[in-house]
Amino acid sequence: MTVVVAIPGVHSAAPASEAGPAPKRIVVAYGFWIFLLSDIVMFAVLFASYAVLVQATAGGPKGMQLFNQRTVAIETACLLFSSYTCGLMLLAVNSRRRAGMYLAALLTFALGGAFLALELREFADMIARGAGPQRSAFLSAFFTLVGCHGLHVTAGLIWLTVMMAQVAIKGFQPRVERRLLCFSLFWHALDIIWVWLFTFVYLMGVRA
Amino acid sequence: MTDARYDRAPGDQSIAPDSEERASSGVLVYTIGLVLAVGLTATSFWAANTSLLWNPGVPLGLAVLAIAQMGVHLVFFLHITTGPESTNNVLALAFGVLIVFLVVVGSLVIMANLNGMMPPAELMNLHMRH
Repeated sequence: MTVVVAIPGVHSAAPASEAGPAPKRIVVAYGFWIFLLSDIVMFAVLFASYAVLVQATAGGPKGMQLFNQRTVAIETACLLFSSYTCGLMLLAVNSRRRAGMYLAALLTFALGGAFLALELREFADMIARGAGPQRSAFLSAFFTLVGCHGLHVTAGLIWLTVMMAQVAIKGFQPRVERRLLCFSLFWHALDIIWVWLFTFVYLMGVRA
Repeated sequence: MTDARYDRAPGDQSIAPDSEERASSGVLVYTIGLVLAVGLTATSFWAANTSLLWNPGVPLGLAVLAIAQMGVHLVFFLHITTGPESTNNVLALAFGVLIVFLVVVGSLVIMANLNGMMPPAELMNLHMRH
């Protein structure tokens, strides 16, 4: 049986196999990271189906006629800044600044909500113009892909509300802190997916 | 005697609150990330609309900008580092990227191949492609 001798200074240089078990927040974040990657793989499938079907407009409107770059730019800004405020929220959690955390969470929620409102308005506008998901394979793929991201954002907003209630009731418990860490990972991952969305769906869509 | 190190599950006890300077360096990291991401996004929107660039090259440029922005998000927002704590995360990420690449490129290649072997649309009375 190996006896681990903790010598200060040597400990930090020890290989990972001798460093003892990793702290729980590292393990939890790793597990959640695996989930996020599986989520990204699911989005990759939706991206692939969109890329295959993007030309299949069945005589209906193309992306060029439907997409409004101004709306997309505002949506992108909303999501990017909400990612930033989410990071600030995590910093406030780490230094136990409750008021700062609530403010950052409120900003994150407001920006995420603004993104969602813009996206829903865009969808309603498209459906009103007869370009709903049943119009063509292209539009089915578009609504599935972008709608799936929108659903994730909705889930994130609900999660954020629940987390704020947990902090208010339970305080900064280690469990609650780990959940907040997972939420921030989730929120940043959604922003990464949006980067691919606005690049491949919208910007390349208005060019083609 | 050394067992005392493992008396409680690691990470069960809350980490000490961050000091003021650690918190402000954290803000700096997020702010650098935000500035870089805004710059890359603005470049993407500019590149998609300008007529100054060579047109066929623009989609490739947009893809490169998206990859760069993904890198910015991973490093500055998700804090993927080269440290020992993120070795597993980086390995998982590499595997995820491999799967994503296989799914997307595989689908595109197979579907393009199928499309190429398909009789002309009018013949099949399929209006898949306009």
